[in-house]
Amino acid sequence: MAEHSDPNAPWKTVSGIGTSALTALLFVFFLQYLPVVAAGEPVSWVIPWIPSLDVNLTFWIDGLSLMFALLITGIGALVMLYAAKYLAGHPQYDRFALYLFSFMLSMLGLVLADNLIALFVFWELTTFTSYLLIGFSHTDPKSRRNALQALLLTAAGGLALLAGFILLGITQGTFEMSQINASGSLVGQEYYTLILFFVLAGAFTKSAQVPLHFWLPNAMAAPTPVSAYLHSATMVKAGVYLLARMHPSLSGSDLWIWILSIFGAVTAVFASFMALRQTDLKQTLAYTTLMALGTLVMFLAGSTGYAITAAMTFLLVHSLYKAGLFLTIGIIDHATGTRDANVLGGLAKAMPITATVAALAGIAMAGIPPFLGFIAKEVAYAGALEMRLWLFVLPMALAAFALMFAVAGIVAYKPFFGPQGDLPHEPHEGPWPMLLGPVTLGTLGLLFGLLPGMTAYYLIEPAVAAVMGAPDTGGRVKLWAGFNLPLVLSLVTFGLGFLIYLRHQDLRARLARLEARAPDLDAGWDVFLEKFMAFTKVQTGLIQTGVLRQYMFATFAVFALTVFVTLMARDVGGLTLGLGGLSFMEWGVAALIIAGSVLVLLTSSRIVALAGLGVVGIGVALIFIMYSAPDVAITQLLVELLVVVLLALAFVKMPNLDPTGAQKHSLANGVLAGAVGMLTTVVLLLVVDQPFDRRLTEFFEATSWTEAFGRNIVNVILVDFRTLDTFGEIAVVLIAALGAFALLKGAARARAAKGGKE
Amino acid sequence: MNSIIFTAAARLLVALLFVFSLFMLLRGHHLPGGGFIGGLIGAVAFIVYSLACGPAQARLALRISPEAIAMVGLGVALLAGMFSVFTGDPFFTGQWYWVGGDSYETAAFSLNTVLVFDIGVYLVVLGGILSLTYAFEEET
Repeated sequence: MAEHSDPNAPWKTVSGIGTSALTALLFVFFLQYLPVVAAGEPVSWVIPWIPSLDVNLTFWIDGLSLMFALLITGIGALVMLYAAKYLAGHPQYDRFALYLFSFMLSMLGLVLADNLIALFVFWELTTFTSYLLIGFSHTDPKSRRNALQALLLTAAGGLALLAGFILLGITQGTFEMSQINASGSLVGQEYYTLILFFVLAGAFTKSAQVPLHFWLPNAMAAPTPVSAYLHSATMVKAGVYLLARMHPSLSGSDLWIWILSIFGAVTAVFASFMALRQTDLKQTLAYTTLMALGTLVMFLAGSTGYAITAAMTFLLVHSLYKAGLFLTIGIIDHATGTRDANVLGGLAKAMPITATVAALAGIAMAGIPPFLGFIAKEVAYAGALEMRLWLFVLPMALAAFALMFAVAGIVAYKPFFGPQGDLPHEPHEGPWPMLLGPVTLGTLGLLFGLLPGMTAYYLIEPAVAAVMGAPDTGGRVKLWAGFNLPLVLSLVTFGLGFLIYLRHQDLRARLARLEARAPDLDAGWDVFLEKFMAFTKVQTGLIQTGVLRQYMFATFAVFALTVFVTLMARDVGGLTLGLGGLSFMEWGVAALIIAGSVLVLLTSSRIVALAGLGVVGIGVALIFIMYSAPDVAITQLLVELLVVVLLALAFVKMPNLDPTGAQKHSLANGVLAGAVGMLTTVVLLLVVDQPFDRRLTEFFEATSWTEAFGRNIVNVILVDFRTLDTFGEIAVVLIAALGAFALLKGAARARAAKGGKE
Repeated sequence: MNSIIFTAAARLLVALLFVFSLFMLLRGHHLPGGGFIGGLIGAVAFIVYSLACGPAQARLALRISPEAIAMVGLGVALLAGMFSVFTGDPFFTGQWYWVGGDSYETAAFSLNTVLVFDIGVYLVVLGGILSLTYAFEEET
């Protein structure tokens, strides 16, 4: 792999050590909340953002968000240190550190945000920053393609999520998740099904549930530290986090139980088979991540204490061992130059520390006592037995855990023992910045298992309480829960898993044959994108003809049609045409405008037509002056002037209008022009017929001087009351000018290039 | 356009129009005028010059490229809006600083972000229209 670089390059860079240290500081900052949250006191703080829309940066620390925050910052700090060494000397390392740190912050915001809109913003930020991380090796087309795939899929889910959040906020009257959760379950409410559908679409794409799973293994195109981070505690767990966060409001319905159980279980079992099938250790780990996500979703289907405890315990243990294993694979890759399970073997002698930490993580993954992984598995079986669909969930969980046992052997045992394969490099022990992460994480997996009471009190039970929306009674997380059914199931798991491990070469070959016959969703994605692009091309060809006259025709036709339909659909009453009160001046201006219009229609010279249009414009400006709107009149006059100058410049080069050629279009154009004119007249008469609402006028008259210190109300509105509108308008002016500039200059350049060739 | 009368008159007109555009910009808060109108008049001034002496000469007279003027204008307008950050007001709230007094009546004059914003509008309109016109003229 070319992604890592020179082992002798300096790695103690400001960006590497700095981001890691900052993240570690954040970790310590969150540690202080452990006792408070464990005592059942959620902490929150609010920064008003757009209070008028009920959008605030509300941060909420309860058991669930605290556990995530600690995992994100803790693992984040270790991964950043690791990456500093792993990518030392990489020409774009600083950029990488920035991406990784931004991603960490987005993820942190996601789990801490209580306001749904803020949560959504952070959600999309993680999508965006992970896109940058996955596509970090941007010179590799495959890497770019996989990053784009992850971006498109998760962003599509994100859009569904936004729809769900807005529905949720509107129906519940608040965007604060803690308040929505506190007001009880939404099951049975009018929009429940729709909200659930949208939220699940977001969560399932992010957490890669089958059949939307294929982006996750592809995301392994990222450098290994990224995979370790994204696929252990962060990015892909965001969907799981969301389901857990919304559990009090959305869980409990048949729909919830069935969808989560089935999608979760199928994902878990499918992914564990796929993990067995891979030979690239990183791909194997990617699929075990998928398995973990499936398992978590499956247990979140339940609402009983054991099911939720299983989900939370497994979440914790998985984050620890998965990050550790990914980092270990990175060290192996770094040291030997390969990640092929068939080649690797017997590394324990050369890499004793790596082998030890891999063993720690592997035992946790396999679920062997006294590691936390064992407790997670025990609780999981107890939880599965409590679930409504236990007949389905239990065997699926058993299959997944047994396969996990075997995969743990492949990943953590096989590379280190047995005969040494033919390696590209002579193996050597990893440097300490890269070992620190896996050592810490592996040790924690063991420590948490040895101290189940403390782990449960500070981490798991507060999280369970947050998910269940009620204080947790606890007492489920034990190393020895007595001789019971879960223990028996555990022993069965070990037996089955061991058998699978022994036969895994044979199984892998069979799975490969099976996979060859199954539909390839990943290839299907490419076909889908290709077809979609072809469709947009056809559509663009149909709509964008490139003929200005047709664009104008379409625009005015749509205008006429919508106005006409609106007028027909509404009973507008009679029209009164009060021409009696018009003065001589007004008749004069009207005559001027009509004369200008007639001139435009009759002439065959462009310049004359332009002058006619100018007359019409000046007539309109005169009307503004008569009704004492000098600002508008001046602007109209100046714009009219500039339009004439600009068009005259363009027309100098163009031929005269051809009376015979224009005739071809004149009937349709005439009808449309007449219709637009008449409809506009009708609308204006209707508007004038309404009593004039002076509320805004009075407001501006009253406040223009007292609040904005200006006597010209039009200007005060432009630059003070409605500044944002004006800002938008001048931005449009700039964009239009730059667009036209580019178009004209581009055409000139193209002509020049062509002329040069001739 | 090769008219000596026009060329000679244009030199005078440009200066007058340009000063007039600044006058319109500054009086805008109380009397008809403002950044938009001022910008349009300023653009007319330079267009007259370019019609008389050609776009190349007009570009030289402007010294800065019109595209840059327009972009700087948008930046100025944005900066004017950001001033309110320091007082905790919402984005784009007008900020007024009285010099030599504490209210409009007592102060000798005022410094305010509203005028800064209007100057931004002026620059965008001036630069935007000129970049368009010059590109057109150079095309023909």
